[in-house]
Amino acid sequence: MRPIAFAVIAGALFGAGLAVSGMADPQRVRGFLDLFGAWDPTLAFVMGGALIPMAIAWRIQKRMPSPIAAERFALPTVRDLDPRLIGGAALFGIGWGISGLCPGPAITDLAVAPVPAAIFVVAMLGGMILHRLLPATPAKQPPTETYNV
Amino acid sequence: MGDLFANAMPIQGLIGGLMIGTASAIMLLGLGRIAGVSGLAARATGITVDGAPRPLSIAFVVGLPLGALVVSLLIGPVEARFEQGVAALVIGGLLVGFGTRMGSGCTSGHGVCGMSRLSARSLVATSTFMLTGFATVAAMNAMGLGQ
Repeated sequence: MRPIAFAVIAGALFGAGLAVSGMADPQRVRGFLDLFGAWDPTLAFVMGGALIPMAIAWRIQKRMPSPIAAERFALPTVRDLDPRLIGGAALFGIGWGISGLCPGPAITDLAVAPVPAAIFVVAMLGGMILHRLLPATPAKQPPTETYNV
Repeated sequence: MGDLFANAMPIQGLIGGLMIGTASAIMLLGLGRIAGVSGLAARATGITVDGAPRPLSIAFVVGLPLGALVVSLLIGPVEARFEQGVAALVIGGLLVGFGTRMGSGCTSGHGVCGMSRLSARSLVATSTFMLTGFATVAAMNAMGLGQ
């Protein structure tokens, strides 16, 4: 199978999972974040369910010399708990709380509620561009180093 | 879940979660990449040159709404209640976009992929955005702000 097929299948399965789990619904996500109100624990079940295949996948990954459809694993190697990590996560959480949306559900919702989802996605891309433009916070992903375990 | 969590969907949540985790495992074991939606979206749109090859990033990002479409055709309408106003969408979107780039990930990259790898960075990031998410909703409620 070609690499692009893996990517589109993974994306579609991811989007389908968000739709099935109720996570495509910003009000449900916001219900989870409403810890002191009418709390809706569904997101915790989603997170728990998602962690199971991935915990297994990481164990398998350790024994694989390379991925099935790519030359090598390209995974984050940074370990620093720097202010940028914490500050960025804090800002993301505020935006998540205000809107009930994070990137996966927002993009998925382009097929479900195109107009409001598109407004959010355009603003989100605007925020990403803004981050890239600011000299104090250069657009830098944790360098991905290629290695074979 | 009884009366307490009358609206919760634990079974659907668990099934959907398993699908999300399996999708992330396909990215990891198939392509050797983290299924981090914020990073893949930035790469797909050309906002960053780091990360997965661009065609793969585009394919993943396009796959997301396709998946929801398939669910709506096979199972039924997908619920997505957008009750928040345009201001909440725009301000929220800006913060989510800026924050995920600054913090190198979102709910998928840090929350699912990183936490399952027991990455200290991802544990810290996930705890942080959960806490500020809780605090933001609590503060908005306390101030009588709807969305």
